[in-house]
Amino acid sequence: MNILGVPILTFLVFFPVAGMVVILFLPGSRTKAIKLAANIFTGLEFGATLLLLTRFDAASGDMQLVERLPWIKAIRAQYLLGVDGISLLLVLLTSLLTFIATLSSWQAVQKRLKEYYVFMLLLETSMIGVFLALDMLLFYVFWEVVLVPMYFLIGIWGGERRLYAAIKFFLYSLFGSVAMLVGILVLRSQHQTFDLTAMVAAGSVIPAALQGWVFLAFFLGFAIKVPMVPFHTWLPDAHVEAPTAGSVLLAGVLLKMGAYGFLRFSLPLLPEAARRYAPVLVVLALVAIVYGALVSLMQKDMKKLIAYSSVSHMGFVILGLFVLTPMAAKGAVLQMVNHGISTGALFLVVGVLYERRHTRLISEFGGLSSRMPVYAAVFLVMTMSSIGLPGLNGFIGEFMILMGTFPVSWLWTAVAATGIVLGAGYMLWLYQRVMFGKLSTPANESLKDLTFRELATFLPLVVLAFWIGIFPKPFLAVIDKPVEKIIRIVNPAHFEAPR
Amino acid sequence: MFVLIPLFPLLGAAVNGLLGIRFFSRRAVGATAVGAVGLSFAAAVAALAGLLRSAEPVLVKTFFTWIPASVVRTAGGKAVPFALDFAFRYDSLAAVMTLVVTGVGLLIHVYSVGYMAHDRSYARFFAYMNLFTFAMLILVLGANLAVMFIGWEGVGLCSYLLIGFWFTKDAAADAGKKAFITNRVGDFGFLLGTGLLLFALGTIDIAGITAAVEGGGLATGTATAAALLLFLGATGKSAQIPLYTWLPDAMEGPTPVSALIHAATMVTAGVYMVARLHALFSFSGTALTVVALTGAITAVYAATMAFVQTDIKRVLAYSTISQIGYMFMGLGVGAYAAGIFHLMTHAFFKSLLFLAAGSVIHALSGEQDMRNMGGLRKRVPRTYLVFLVGALAISGIPGLSGFFSKDEILASAYASGHYLVWGLGLAGAAMTAFYMFRLIFLTFHGEERLAPDAGRHLHESPPVMLVPLQVLAGLAVVGGYVGLPRVLGGGAWFARFLETSTGAHESHLAAGTEVLLMIVSVGASLAAIYAAWTIYVKRRGEPARRLAGKFKTVYRVVSRKYFVDEAYSRIFVGGVIAAGRAADWFDRRVIDGLVDGAAGLARRVSRLTILFDDGVVDGAVNGVGRIHLAASSLLRRLQTGYVYNYALAVVLGAALIITLVITVF
Amino acid sequence: MIPIEAVVGLGLLIFTVGLAGVLVRKNLVVMLMSLELLLNGVNIILAGLGRHLKSPRGSIFALFVIIIAVSEAAVGFALVLAYFRHKKSYDTDVLSDLKG
Repeated sequence: MNILGVPILTFLVFFPVAGMVVILFLPGSRTKAIKLAANIFTGLEFGATLLLLTRFDAASGDMQLVERLPWIKAIRAQYLLGVDGISLLLVLLTSLLTFIATLSSWQAVQKRLKEYYVFMLLLETSMIGVFLALDMLLFYVFWEVVLVPMYFLIGIWGGERRLYAAIKFFLYSLFGSVAMLVGILVLRSQHQTFDLTAMVAAGSVIPAALQGWVFLAFFLGFAIKVPMVPFHTWLPDAHVEAPTAGSVLLAGVLLKMGAYGFLRFSLPLLPEAARRYAPVLVVLALVAIVYGALVSLMQKDMKKLIAYSSVSHMGFVILGLFVLTPMAAKGAVLQMVNHGISTGALFLVVGVLYERRHTRLISEFGGLSSRMPVYAAVFLVMTMSSIGLPGLNGFIGEFMILMGTFPVSWLWTAVAATGIVLGAGYMLWLYQRVMFGKLSTPANESLKDLTFRELATFLPLVVLAFWIGIFPKPFLAVIDKPVEKIIRIVNPAHFEAPR
Repeated sequence: MFVLIPLFPLLGAAVNGLLGIRFFSRRAVGATAVGAVGLSFAAAVAALAGLLRSAEPVLVKTFFTWIPASVVRTAGGKAVPFALDFAFRYDSLAAVMTLVVTGVGLLIHVYSVGYMAHDRSYARFFAYMNLFTFAMLILVLGANLAVMFIGWEGVGLCSYLLIGFWFTKDAAADAGKKAFITNRVGDFGFLLGTGLLLFALGTIDIAGITAAVEGGGLATGTATAAALLLFLGATGKSAQIPLYTWLPDAMEGPTPVSALIHAATMVTAGVYMVARLHALFSFSGTALTVVALTGAITAVYAATMAFVQTDIKRVLAYSTISQIGYMFMGLGVGAYAAGIFHLMTHAFFKSLLFLAAGSVIHALSGEQDMRNMGGLRKRVPRTYLVFLVGALAISGIPGLSGFFSKDEILASAYASGHYLVWGLGLAGAAMTAFYMFRLIFLTFHGEERLAPDAGRHLHESPPVMLVPLQVLAGLAVVGGYVGLPRVLGGGAWFARFLETSTGAHESHLAAGTEVLLMIVSVGASLAAIYAAWTIYVKRRGEPARRLAGKFKTVYRVVSRKYFVDEAYSRIFVGGVIAAGRAADWFDRRVIDGLVDGAAGLARRVSRLTILFDDGVVDGAVNGVGRIHLAASSLLRRLQTGYVYNYALAVVLGAALIITLVITVF
Repeated sequence: MIPIEAVVGLGLLIFTVGLAGVLVRKNLVVMLMSLELLLNGVNIILAGLGRHLKSPRGSIFALFVIIIAVSEAAVGFALVLAYFRHKKSYDTDVLSDLKG
């Protein structure tokens, strides 16, 4: 399928670049035109990803719409793109969140508009590239490109300690991705190709000991991105300092890249190592769930609180991936999407207040419910979605992960479930301190409720939260086959007939 | 038909929540909310009629696949596909519950129209109330544990929102949060129990669980564990030991909320859930015993705290905890129908009591402290009358509904040989009668002790509030006759009707014993009422004060709720906060410290490498340069920089070349 | 008719004067003028020999040299001028920046 004569996946990856070019040619003084162009391009990009749905066959677990061109012949690197259910959901999430983040920047960003939107579009290209690339070198290139715009988004449009945060983010990620590059090169030397599908098809040809080392290399790369405890401390800093849109994309998409990497590479390419080290990762995930929740309970800054809640939630995702059962893994993939929706929305929620009051300290607020009823409702829905209230999206993911974990270990399930109790604790406490009580700070007296544009940014996320919570079947149907395929590779024993 | 039951409240909540808040008049909001519940009640009645006509005892309606199938490896090593349907299950148990929820709910909604008439957030209140009704109905109708869990958590959310309805009061917001989080602790058990059942049986459908358990597909130990985990969930929702502390605080919500959620419906969800899974609980004797003992102990324990409360609503809250203890007692001795019977009658008389208390509070412009009441019998005579009916019903006076249900539980406990449970139950009955009449005497009898400005607007409530009260009073009187026991000439129709969903329960008591038990319990209650009359009317509370003065420590401990709240907040809340603080410190100082330290170390290392670079690498490079320098410093002498020297060199050079050219060639 | 020897002799004389000037004098301007003398000495010989050999090449070559000399003088004096502005002196002893 082609759009404007370009194969659709290539179109999806590079359409934002076209937007960049257009914005670069617009004079910097015409701010409205720049904003409009950025919104139109991200909107069209989202439309194009929806178009992808029409050509996608959910019944297949294989890569679809594959585009293959020679790239660097000398090392047999290819320009290889393809999509399966997992990438499909993540690409949809990416384009939707980028669109929303762009829309939410309309008022929030005032300085150096042109560069800002150029970086946003570059970020979109690289993120979508990460999810669509099937050639590991190409994947690595997109993976690294992501760092650049995010670095600048934090470093230029961030808060007070933006430079510290940006550099920390960059160095951390770079450290991880260099380790990952080593892993990729080892895989290349074993398989004589960078082609992921070919590697998966070849089966496990790598000796177990070497698998362990490659797994470790990938682990560093992905665990930092997720982030897993104890590699998580870049996250709160980056989130606190990043502009709202940056936080939305950071939490909504960038963190998913790590989990996606585990699912796409570590599990199917290194099955023996994955099986061997799964308990270690599960324990780290459990630590993250409880630890993230506890730390989050103590935060005074709203963004930091939500950042640590991300650590806890991503712990759930990693738990779901590494108990190696299909139910938990599907729950984990869905939870990736859910976390993107609810945490993305929560960062927008904080952004709304930050835009009005220029502070994120919880103690500065209180009693806002009476001034901002619509805002209170949106905030409440997203809080509930985040703590996994049944009927909203978060529950489905958590429930599947917990139910998929129980047959493997009741103890793991019990520890993970305490995260749900603690989650209710920190989120409701946050909600209470911000929204309930009396209006104590005079500056809050004149707060305006959500504007129409702000409501428009929240609406799709609210709708999705309910949709996935009540009727998750379309989403689960898409990821059913590909996830099951991966789990079959890594844990075939699960599917065998009784002994 | 039963599908429609939850639909109307959902629509009502959506209309009022989305449109009503902005656009509707108060009348329209009230009409929408009451109409929605009314239609729902009508649907529940019609559904019951349908069920009675139907040959099938259980109707199931599957809407769609909620969570598609995944392979799950169960305890037996089998790999089975597990999928979850979004489905409703309607049987006699669900029929009773839907009728109670929508019926009592309807009356409370009508009452609220009057009670909340002056509140600013009228539409928001009714949207929440309708949403609550919807969630409760989902909980009742859910065909598997996961769908039930939607309702289970949904009512928790609505309870949170309604307790904290007056969110500008910190106490209200705190109470809402406390309720939700305590419930979450229970949900922890619920989820793990669900997981265990899934692991053990490969299904969490009510029908599947029942069939599997009855088919012997479950080890006793597993059944006990699963039942106890689920029961932990029940203790959270139904405010039993150890998770009861949230309910008294929940009285911060508006009074209709206390009546609907914290008396009639939500708090009985745990009872309902245990009855729903009666097969599982019956399978494990240990679990049943735990249920019975927890219920019995809670019943007495909560009653003691009701003795010393001075807040009219808090007395009723502890009474609710105590009465739900009764229900669990009934379930725990295997008399599921009796437990549900008490659930129903309790819904009538307890919501009646709450609403009547609300009427008193309304009349006194918000006063809730009984020490500032007294003598109200003449000022609000109609309220007094219905309150008296409720108090007599809850005290188990023969002829009223509470008598039948309570006696059935006590008789079942005695018959099953749980004499300890029976004894506690009997004590609880007497204590109930005592604190209820203490409340009545303090509130309605004696001299008026009103605060000066409270008495000024003293008035009887409007008809919109009184009519629901009178209807509930009627139900509190006659509601018990559907379960009239055989020994009194009835047919125990209620229990027979429920047999299809909670199983048959044989009572092995001789008729004489049963009558004797009744006489004993009624006698105990009457004695307690007399004691209350003596203490609080005849002697004007003097003995109570003397007793409190004599046993100061005991009085203090009981009135401070045995310091359980303090202990919980020290141990659990304090523990979590301390853990959070430690984790936060660890994160900032240790992990981030390590990271920043590593960065610092990298900088220091880079300084070291600079030295190495300077000394060795650059040294080598510079060495080469230095040799050049030394050589060139010799040569540089030639470069005088004076033009004439260069000119001379040019001339000499030219001469040399010319000489060479001439001589060589 | 002037004998060719006389012409060559004159040329050599002027060349020698120029050479001596370049080597001995320390004033930049005088040195440049001596350079002109050098070139002109060569020019005389070129022109004289061309005439003696009945070939126009000598004169043509001389013409080239004159043109080169003009440009050289222009550039040279410009440099000298620039240098003078910088150092306030025409003395070549001051001109030792190229000293190694």
